Amino acid sequence: MIYTLAANSLSKALEGQSVPLYGELTEGNALVVAAIIHAVLIFHVFALCPFFLIWLERKGSGRIQDRLGPTRVGGRFGWLQSLADGIKLIQKEDLCPPVADAMLFRSAPYIVCLASFAAFVVLPFSHNWVAVSADCGLFLLLAILSLEVFGIIMAGYSSGSKWSLFGGMREAAQMVSYEIPLAICALIPIVSAGSLNLGEIGDMQSGHLGNWFLFHDPFTFVAFFVFFVVLTAGCKRAPFDLAEAESELVGGFHTEYSGMRWSFFFMGEYASMFALCGVAAILFLGGWHTGIPGLDGFLQTARAKGAATGEFNTLGYLANVIGAGVFVSKAAFGVFVQIWLRWTLPRLRIDQVMITCLKYLVPISCFLFLGATVWPLLFMFGMGQTTIHPEPLGNRAAASWPAEADATESDWSASTIPDEQLPSDSAPLEVESPAGQHAVSANKNVELQVRNDSSERTALAASSEVRQ
Amino acid sequence: MQPDLSSYLFIGAVLFVCGVICMATKRNAIGVLMGVELVLNGANVNFVAFSKYTALGLDGQVFSLFVIVLAAAEAAVALAIVLNFYNNHLTVDVDRGNKLKG
Amino acid sequence: MSWFFTIFALAACLGAVAVVISQSVVRMAFWLVVSLGSVAGLFFLADADFIGAAQLLIYVGGTLVLLVFGIMLTASGPYMKIPASPAETVVAGLIGLMFLFMVFSTINDVDWNGSKDRIMAASGQTEKPAGFDDGSEGNTLRPLGFALLGVRPDVKDGAGYLLPFEIASVHLLVVLIGAAYLARAKRRQDVA
Repeated sequence: MIYTLAANSLSKALEGQSVPLYGELTEGNALVVAAIIHAVLIFHVFALCPFFLIWLERKGSGRIQDRLGPTRVGGRFGWLQSLADGIKLIQKEDLCPPVADAMLFRSAPYIVCLASFAAFVVLPFSHNWVAVSADCGLFLLLAILSLEVFGIIMAGYSSGSKWSLFGGMREAAQMVSYEIPLAICALIPIVSAGSLNLGEIGDMQSGHLGNWFLFHDPFTFVAFFVFFVVLTAGCKRAPFDLAEAESELVGGFHTEYSGMRWSFFFMGEYASMFALCGVAAILFLGGWHTGIPGLDGFLQTARAKGAATGEFNTLGYLANVIGAGVFVSKAAFGVFVQIWLRWTLPRLRIDQVMITCLKYLVPISCFLFLGATVWPLLFMFGMGQTTIHPEPLGNRAAASWPAEADATESDWSASTIPDEQLPSDSAPLEVESPAGQHAVSANKNVELQVRNDSSERTALAASSEVRQ
Repeated sequence: MQPDLSSYLFIGAVLFVCGVICMATKRNAIGVLMGVELVLNGANVNFVAFSKYTALGLDGQVFSLFVIVLAAAEAAVALAIVLNFYNNHLTVDVDRGNKLKG
Repeated sequence: MSWFFTIFALAACLGAVAVVISQSVVRMAFWLVVSLGSVAGLFFLADADFIGAAQLLIYVGGTLVLLVFGIMLTASGPYMKIPASPAETVVAGLIGLMFLFMVFSTINDVDWNGSKDRIMAASGQTEKPAGFDDGSEGNTLRPLGFALLGVRPDVKDGAGYLLPFEIASVHLLVVLIGAAYLARAKRRQDVA
């Protein structure tokens, strides 16, 4: 396969091991076993997210409404409430209305679940802790998450109920509109990062708080809040939960569902909330970096050293565990803010939802995108540098953990990929700039190259690239 | 069986033919649109396969990218036409669009 | 690898056949999603990661949602079906099968490797374009981006796609306005 798979390192360890009743593992079989292990790990994340988040939702909503929320199951704080709910839902009868289109009705929850589970495949949890490190990671993630809508529309249409149909219609209209500002807002930090690989974007923000894309320039700062609003609407959460508006549509698209299939919709919803908040954390909030100057560089160096050895490294592993903890808490905080919004704000009307998107959010995000692209140019012509900081972002991040850079230098130059020569091919950039600004543009080219090198170093120090 | 060029071409051919049959037999205007999508996808599979297995290189992928983009545009316009048709005839049966028949 | 290929290939072909066979439009949309999603999987296997993701985002997430939206807007009853006449179906199926047979036999007859060597000899290329023949490459994002900006680092003296890219963007804008104009609500003409 073509991408950097996390399973590769594990499969190398497994290769040649003898298994009782089977014999020795070949290369292909070892990869399959390693891939299954990783899939099971990701599935646990996918399954435990809703488990925790539904408890958080009930507890949070209780507190906001001056109630206690769950208190009984599993101790004082009702930790196991979700488990009790799950057991109850499994026992329930799985109903299918006689007027429903049975095949579509039964398969719709699986589409929703599949889409939000697959999104976790490209979501990194820490440096190099990602199942598939694809170069078009963010694009792929948004693409996979957009499949979720289809399951909901299917559920709405095939239920044979007018409430469900209305819910499905609203969902379709809302999703098709809100995908536009979501993609544009996600592009804004991408313009500064110069990469769509979520792992690289996260690594770039190492160092200190100022390296987070949130504080990169005023446009990315505003873009984060627009992105958060849009992703709240994208997860069909209140105040944009028109697809399941209880007060007017009974239950919206899931009116006719019961038992386990009903809960699949919620697993999908909470998992995709978590995934999108994770994307927001990586794009704007520094991913798995704490933002504390001294600590961040130390941890990132440990991680990169651990990854460079290609074997198990306790310090690097611990640093990664801390990073994953930081990342998960950032994402969970994002979800908490969504819960907070849900129980604070009243629901909008459907026309207000559409107007918010098409008349306000799309123009705002277009303006921010334009601003984020013009901003470095203004700085370049005014001060001869691309940002407020004298050094570009990739350099600043790399400067805080220089140790492994030399170690892998020879390594990556050996594996020549054609596009690695691209940054030095600077002719088109010079052609476009006016003659008087030649010195400045040359300066920019050098900077671009330096930055690109360091980001590649990041990527390649991250892992040994294995291709089959 | 290791995938090779002809296996990709076979898949492209199946998609293409299914799309053509779909366009020919469906009387629902949106069904006809889906047939068009299948035909374009069959072509895309061929482009990508040629880009991987022949000297076509990256050009095949760029072409299929343009095909995807133009297919999306085509679907938007065609859907607008279908909605207009529905406004005028209160049905999406393409056999009913025979006003200009002599 | 070959297992994945077999699964995706079967899903793509069977999905396409199911689109033709099913009568309900929404079921057709469902099978189309299965088929196009599997084609995206085939693209990933053919080292075209960006095209695969674009296929998922634009086709499955965009165009098909739009189509289902259209189905809902134009449905005159629950699970509307407009059946075709059996004679038409049989004729179309026969012609389709004949066409399929013709294409299959053509694909079988052509010596693809030989023609590749001949083309390379005729165009004076001594070596294959780097990276896109041996299946070792998959990160097409940067080369594609540069190609769309008019730079082709992977081909000597290769032309980029800046002009088609710009034309496509203008085309999309025209389509956006045109579709909104076509589909706008007409209040004056009331058709009984």
